[in-house]
Amino acid sequence: MSFLTETLAWLVDPANWVGAGGIPTRLAQHLLFTLVTLLVAALIAVPTGFLIGHTGRGRGLAVALSGAFRAIPTLGLLTLVALWVGIGLNAPYVALTVLAIPPILAGAYTGFEAIDRKIIDAARAVGMSEAQIVLKVELPLGLPLLIGGLRSATLQVVATATLAAYIANFGLGRYLFEGLRIRDYGEMLGGSILVILLAIVLEGVFALVQKLVVPRGVTAGLPIDIRDGSSRSRPVMESTIEEGNSHVHSE
Amino acid sequence: MFTANRGRLTLIGVVAVGAVVALAGCASGDPLAEPSSSAGGSTIVVGSQAYYSNEIIAEIYSQALEAGGFTVDRQFQIGQREVYLPDIEAGKIDVFPEYTGSLLQALDKAAVGGTSDATYAELQTALPDDLRVLDQADASDQNSWTVTADFASKYDLTDIASLTNVTEPITVGGNSELETRPYGPTALKDKYGISIAGFVPVEDSGGPLTVKALVDGDIQLANIYTADPNIKTNNLVALSDPDGLFFPDNVVPVVSQKIDDSAAAILNKVSAALTADTLVDLNAQSKNDQLSADKIATAWLTKAKLI
Amino acid sequence: MTWIWSNLDLIWDRTFDHLILSVPSIILSFLIALPFGWLAHRYRASRAVILTTVGVLYAIPSLPLFIVLPFIVGTSIRSPLNLIIALTLYGVALMVRVVADGLGSVDRDVQQSATAVGFSGWTSFWQVELPLAGPVLLAGLRVVAVSTVSLATVGAVIGAQSLGSLFTDGFQRGIQAEIIAGILATVLLALALDAVLVLIGRLLMPWTRRSAIGVVARPGAVARQEVTT
Repeated sequence: MSFLTETLAWLVDPANWVGAGGIPTRLAQHLLFTLVTLLVAALIAVPTGFLIGHTGRGRGLAVALSGAFRAIPTLGLLTLVALWVGIGLNAPYVALTVLAIPPILAGAYTGFEAIDRKIIDAARAVGMSEAQIVLKVELPLGLPLLIGGLRSATLQVVATATLAAYIANFGLGRYLFEGLRIRDYGEMLGGSILVILLAIVLEGVFALVQKLVVPRGVTAGLPIDIRDGSSRSRPVMESTIEEGNSHVHSE
Repeated sequence: MFTANRGRLTLIGVVAVGAVVALAGCASGDPLAEPSSSAGGSTIVVGSQAYYSNEIIAEIYSQALEAGGFTVDRQFQIGQREVYLPDIEAGKIDVFPEYTGSLLQALDKAAVGGTSDATYAELQTALPDDLRVLDQADASDQNSWTVTADFASKYDLTDIASLTNVTEPITVGGNSELETRPYGPTALKDKYGISIAGFVPVEDSGGPLTVKALVDGDIQLANIYTADPNIKTNNLVALSDPDGLFFPDNVVPVVSQKIDDSAAAILNKVSAALTADTLVDLNAQSKNDQLSADKIATAWLTKAKLI
Repeated sequence: MTWIWSNLDLIWDRTFDHLILSVPSIILSFLIALPFGWLAHRYRASRAVILTTVGVLYAIPSLPLFIVLPFIVGTSIRSPLNLIIALTLYGVALMVRVVADGLGSVDRDVQQSATAVGFSGWTSFWQVELPLAGPVLLAGLRVVAVSTVSLATVGAVIGAQSLGSLFTDGFQRGIQAEIIAGILATVLLALALDAVLVLIGRLLMPWTRRSAIGVVARPGAVARQEVTT
């Protein structure tokens, strides 16, 4: 396959590693954009998710909304917002934040829901205030699922942020569009490989964070664990899409 | 409970598999997939770029051919030249509206260009044997270096070379491929000594975003197609190009062997009527009045007494 | 918004193109994910390999995959088949993990009971494990459906007709209504396919309706599994 050698040639070409269009710059842009998007999305989604998870109210609405949010095509939102606000990163920020909200929101409220209600009742019984319950009980116990949600959101944003280059001189996606237009498959594939590597590295970081911050003994989010500690019912198939999931890749 | 469901499961399984097969068959049999070379010799496949103005011209060709008794299979909006050129070369598309200079450069990187006629002649030799171009139209939709009228009067800009008068940093905007094209920012630097501060890719082929960026002052110099009605609406100035930095891009139909003399005559009549102002006007109907390509085409062909 | 009313036929055509791309992809990803998910569930060694592979698969940005695939499979770059294959790959990437987790969520006691009453491995899979994993699989398939519909729009960038074509065309011409129509149609199509899946689920698994609280498949597990993927 000639494009594999082309890709390798592109990746090792020192000319591609320097300057404003160089790989380090684009990689840094991509990473920064991903982090800012996640931060904004988390600022919106985490408190909302905690509120829903803590009170148990508004869940149906949140589920329906995040289902619909998830169906919104990022390319459409990106072009629409771009027509409103013009060139630059504003439109990509808006479009990608919308993409990142559903998984984080779901992670936040399912995290709370997965907690055995008896534990909450016990916390209340020993005289904890609602704020203490949220911060000292629900937050640490719900953390694995919240981090899981952030992890999904990260993967989606990293892959989908490539579309931002459709309207801005920005990030690793630039290699994809440039390569497409000038039929340089080495550049296009090289850019894709960089995106994949970035995603894998961030996955590793999340795995590490999860290990470090999740209190010992909290198992709610571990993949093998299927104990059903929650006493709150969770119908699976009769509501709109709700799973806290997942890498919905809606570029 | 499960045995009771067995029949039902099997049934739904069969239905699901059937649906896959049907849809897959549907997909590969879809006329959009592969041109219907097997569907009889009388159907003419007309293609268009994923560019609204090109689609209007393709629609005009299609309606004119239909009025002449031909059956037309429309395969519009099929991407950029990189995507569709192999299909034209393979004879899967019979008629495609093209632009002389851009097509020539895509076929022959060493092309010399020049006047509109010279470019047309060079294109004829550059085309593969089974393809030919019919008459070129007066209408052209070529690349230009465009600035706002204010910017032009501030620095007394008339042609591309006069950009050296500019004392503020110039940021250039256009499709991402522009950066490496022979008339791109590098050429401005090397050929004219114009200092370029940066390049901002805007992937709308000189569309609303590029215009907005230019008007807002985010960029000072933009690659906008000369047939874009925005030039008039937004009071922009396309700098003249006496040195032929850009190849002339007259509208021309590229056709396959399938196009006989009578079909060619129809298309030549269309090209003869397609003036530069006409194209700008047709584009304005699409952008400003938001009309669809088929309505614009019908109205113009009727007015020009071509159908 | 007058654009929408005068272009309803165009929107309808693009919706049909979109269906041609997404429905086969959704069904194929389910069918392909079943054996791989089973392998990942059944054997520890294959689990790591398969799940890592699908994880990486999912990190591939869609745009280059759409472009490179024709060279690998040998289809025409404009063929909808490319997109269908690419969308199927993403669907499989999502679905394999769900299948593995869904099968894993089936109670061990139930499996042993099935063996005890004389089911072979094969019949036990089809008649016991698969139906019991059904709600989890359905939930996963619904996500696949919505994401596939949404993702199919990206093909417009390389000239594959879909509702995404309304984005690229509307963007060039500066017609916001066209883009809005495309977004609405995409969301509606996603929700419609989702509703169809729910309906199929009710037909296939009538028992989940009576006791949706999580009979054997432990619905709580779904959310958690997927969040942590």
